[in-house]
Amino acid sequence: MSGLIKSSIARKVAMALSGLFLVFFLLQHFTINFTSIFSPDTFNELSHFMGTNPLVQFVLQPVLIFGVVFHFIMGFVLELKNKNARAVKYAKYNGGANASWMSRNMIYSGLVILAFLGLHFYDFWVPEIVHKYVEFAPEDPTRYYGELLHKFESPIRTGLYVVSFVFLALHLWHGFASSFQSVGFNNKYSVAATKFAKAFALVIPIGFIVVALVLHFTH
Amino acid sequence: MNLTLKIWRQKDAKSQGKIVEYPISGIEGDMSFLEMLDVLNEELINKGDEPVVFDHDCREGICGACSLQINGEPHGPDRLVTTCQLHMRMFKDGDTIFIEPFRAKAFPVVKDLMVDRSAFDRIQHAGGYVSVNTSGNTIDANAIPINKEDADEAFNAATCIGCGACVAACKNASAMLFTSAKVSQYALLPQGKVEATERVLAMVNQMDEEGFGNCTNTGACEIECPKGISLENIARMNREYLKASLKG
Repeated sequence: MSGLIKSSIARKVAMALSGLFLVFFLLQHFTINFTSIFSPDTFNELSHFMGTNPLVQFVLQPVLIFGVVFHFIMGFVLELKNKNARAVKYAKYNGGANASWMSRNMIYSGLVILAFLGLHFYDFWVPEIVHKYVEFAPEDPTRYYGELLHKFESPIRTGLYVVSFVFLALHLWHGFASSFQSVGFNNKYSVAATKFAKAFALVIPIGFIVVALVLHFTH
Repeated sequence: MNLTLKIWRQKDAKSQGKIVEYPISGIEGDMSFLEMLDVLNEELINKGDEPVVFDHDCREGICGACSLQINGEPHGPDRLVTTCQLHMRMFKDGDTIFIEPFRAKAFPVVKDLMVDRSAFDRIQHAGGYVSVNTSGNTIDANAIPINKEDADEAFNAATCIGCGACVAACKNASAMLFTSAKVSQYALLPQGKVEATERVLAMVNQMDEEGFGNCTNTGACEIECPKGISLENIARMNREYLKASLKG
């Protein structure tokens, strides 16, 4: 058990489990966002619930933040260790001959997602925290949809969100399916599981893009 | 066929190496890649130059001695072959071919294209065996019934020749495919189950100590493996390792 913490396999499993947790979070986030394009009232109700429920606010939110921070820090640590494992680089390296671009550049797609999270926190999370826990403003359950629309008025911000979602798709394309292998799941169901993961990697980011574009162009 | 070879030359483990260009002509498509290097070395020796050092032994794809990163891929552009089985017909007249040693911190260069792959031996020594009583009461392995599917999978894992192409191909220089093949060939058989817990812990620990990188599931190792060792072995090793860690 003592060797587990520093072993390469344990790190790989930890990356996979934190990634899987974030995949579940993405699904939940997308489901709520998607309601905004056909029912502002439902979006307000769900956002109000997520923003005020003590279990979500004081248990799930810290767990989520820990999951995100852990996934990124572990990603950087592994990248540094892996770079160190090949001190002298090849003069010619044909990585595309045997592995996808997505699988070879997880650190770069991850960095774009990290930058996006900075913007996303600045746009939504920070004002929300200030509103609730700094200004102690009175709660208005109908404010969420209006705030969302306001953010997507800017074509630059909408464009940045769309580009980030493309990188999210690239990251998920390898990461989600790869997490099954990391936790030791490779059997007769793996082909179906991989297809599901690849479909998820396309559908969810495209869905986020659709929401962003609909909010921008229809209001 | 006329070719331009760009070969990594390094005097010894401590010296700085560099790529040196050699034009070569009269190469036939039926020659193996190693035979082409033999021709080059003959020319170099005749000119009084130092020949290029490279590993080779059986020259029939069994021993795993020949290595070489050729045009950015271990064992070159062909699939399921070692460098000694790679034919020059895979290249075209006028081509430039980069020839480098397998690169990994755990595979230090000895000279030119020869690397020290004894890290693999140490991983094997850590647990890649079964303890058998040889006091005269040895049980015939064939007397133990084994499921055909398990026997086939164990055999497939055992075909790993330990050439190091998996490490060379991996962008992280990870040795997980090699280690997992050696773990799997025993984990699948009843004879290997007795020492399964200690084996996987010791072999993974040794693999980490040697300084190989972490697997990120790119799958490059499986594509470049001359024996087609499957990624399923890595998933099996992950399961075995987690099981053993929680147990031990």
